[in-house]
Amino acid sequence: MKLTPEQQRILEGTKGKTIAKVMETLVRYGELFGAESMVEITSKYNHLVTSFGLKGLASIYTLFDQLIEEGAVSKQQFSVDPRPMDPNVPSSLLQKLVFKKLMYTKQEEYERQLEQLGILNDKAYTCTCYMDEVGNTPKQGEILSWSESSAVVYANSVLGARCNRNSGIIDLMGSIVGYVPNFGLLTDQGRKAKWIIEIRTSKKPEAQLLGSAIGMKVMEDVPYIIGLDKWLGTLDDQTKTYLKDFGAATASNGAVGLYHVEGITPEAAQQGRALLAEDAKTYAIDDAELQRVYDSYPVIWKKQDAKPKLCFMGCPHMSYEQLITWSRRILKGLKEAKRTKVAIPTVFTAAPQVIARFNETKYSKALKKTGVIVSYICPLMYMNNPLCGSMPVITSSNKLRTYTSARYYTDEEILQQITTGGIKA
Amino acid sequence: MKTFKGRVVSPGKVKAIALVSHGGLNTLASFQKALQFGDKNATCGDQNNAELYGKQMAGKALCLPRTIGSTTGGLVLYCACSMHRQPACMLFSEPIDSLAAAGAILADVWLEDVTMPVIDSLGEEFLNYVKDGMQVYVGEDGTVRIG
Repeated sequence: MKLTPEQQRILEGTKGKTIAKVMETLVRYGELFGAESMVEITSKYNHLVTSFGLKGLASIYTLFDQLIEEGAVSKQQFSVDPRPMDPNVPSSLLQKLVFKKLMYTKQEEYERQLEQLGILNDKAYTCTCYMDEVGNTPKQGEILSWSESSAVVYANSVLGARCNRNSGIIDLMGSIVGYVPNFGLLTDQGRKAKWIIEIRTSKKPEAQLLGSAIGMKVMEDVPYIIGLDKWLGTLDDQTKTYLKDFGAATASNGAVGLYHVEGITPEAAQQGRALLAEDAKTYAIDDAELQRVYDSYPVIWKKQDAKPKLCFMGCPHMSYEQLITWSRRILKGLKEAKRTKVAIPTVFTAAPQVIARFNETKYSKALKKTGVIVSYICPLMYMNNPLCGSMPVITSSNKLRTYTSARYYTDEEILQQITTGGIKA
Repeated sequence: MKTFKGRVVSPGKVKAIALVSHGGLNTLASFQKALQFGDKNATCGDQNNAELYGKQMAGKALCLPRTIGSTTGGLVLYCACSMHRQPACMLFSEPIDSLAAAGAILADVWLEDVTMPVIDSLGEEFLNYVKDGMQVYVGEDGTVRIG
């Protein structure tokens, strides 16, 4: 890799041994992917994936202490993924004990480290940092050092920013030196689509199912999606919500970091099919293909026909538009079912700032009366422990399904379950 | 006996017993027990990976196409190394992905007492040939000898 004189001086230790090691890490990381240079980070803020004070990550906290002691802190302020605990979310006594005393014992200590390293504020804990309410919304063409797969794929695809699928720690290291290695999704060539996805469904495809199907097919490649604009219309709040959930499924069921939707996402709207690589393969998706993907999901509950004990919605965190839409759906569904409370304990998750906006609406109180809890928690971190392995949790998040024992249902099926307690045959 | 040649991501020489996954390794789900619940064997906790689930990963020659899953992957691998619960080596049939690469490089640069050779681009034939329990020898130059 060819470094600028300033970058070379950092690597040689003019800013201290620790920052030199940070630069060495980034250079070696970039060289593995053929990066020939380091480019300046141009976004206002960074976003980090590690938000949890897991006891088992002790070596990270030691490393962060070393960075702080030697002044190797972030040049940018940053947001970070959601907190792993919220006392408002239903937990058994045993779960509370495990969370507090066994798993997240370093939470307070770690949050103090994040303050020293440069977190935006004590509310900057969400995987949807790009929401208007949160304010970490990069512009098209800006270079990022983000991690969190769902945020990276959203920033690249919906906002047109440029970011690789960075790991935790690498994300922060970019911010410390101010540069990231120039490869992959930072380059024009890396943003070309190797797959054409033809949507041939008879109705608007379920975002989470479509994303799952595409992710599993293309893995880390860039897909160019044709025929979805017919169902999405324009890039309004509803479409952004759809693409948030769709993208998270592509990133977790595969390893997609960027997708283009013809006529919708910024680069596809500007460049159209010029974004296609020469040898792009085609994958057609119809109703039967989506059903095949749905039927392929294993149910890993210990008791396959167990009655769900909890429903999680919001992995990634829900948008304001989504909270309003779902409130309306639940209120209508309960009225039709002649019920006042949801049949299954249900938690909606969203960014603290989105929750604050939602709390100013009439729907907040109405939803609370139905028993639905609105929380800033990370459902994935809540479920990422052996106690949840035997807990029947349902969700319409394909990301949560992939990483935990949660069982996936479509939005409509989730609505039926939480408003009536069952699914229509 | 068969020999394959790959690219050196993290250098080192090692002899170990093969543990094979034909699907991607979900790093967070797989190392959860090792990191959280004191499992020194690093028993794979990824219920979605039938080939690895419940098997010891620590000290094994982990043969796989790539890693998948959360972008915590790199730091999870780094932590497993710092706790000495890492595989003896990681052998990728495909070019390494950004998350595994981060974990391998972080361990190599920041941990002084840990060696985990990592070789990538060994090819599809490598993963078709190697089976659980086979003896694997890794050389400094990226040579992987099996059997």
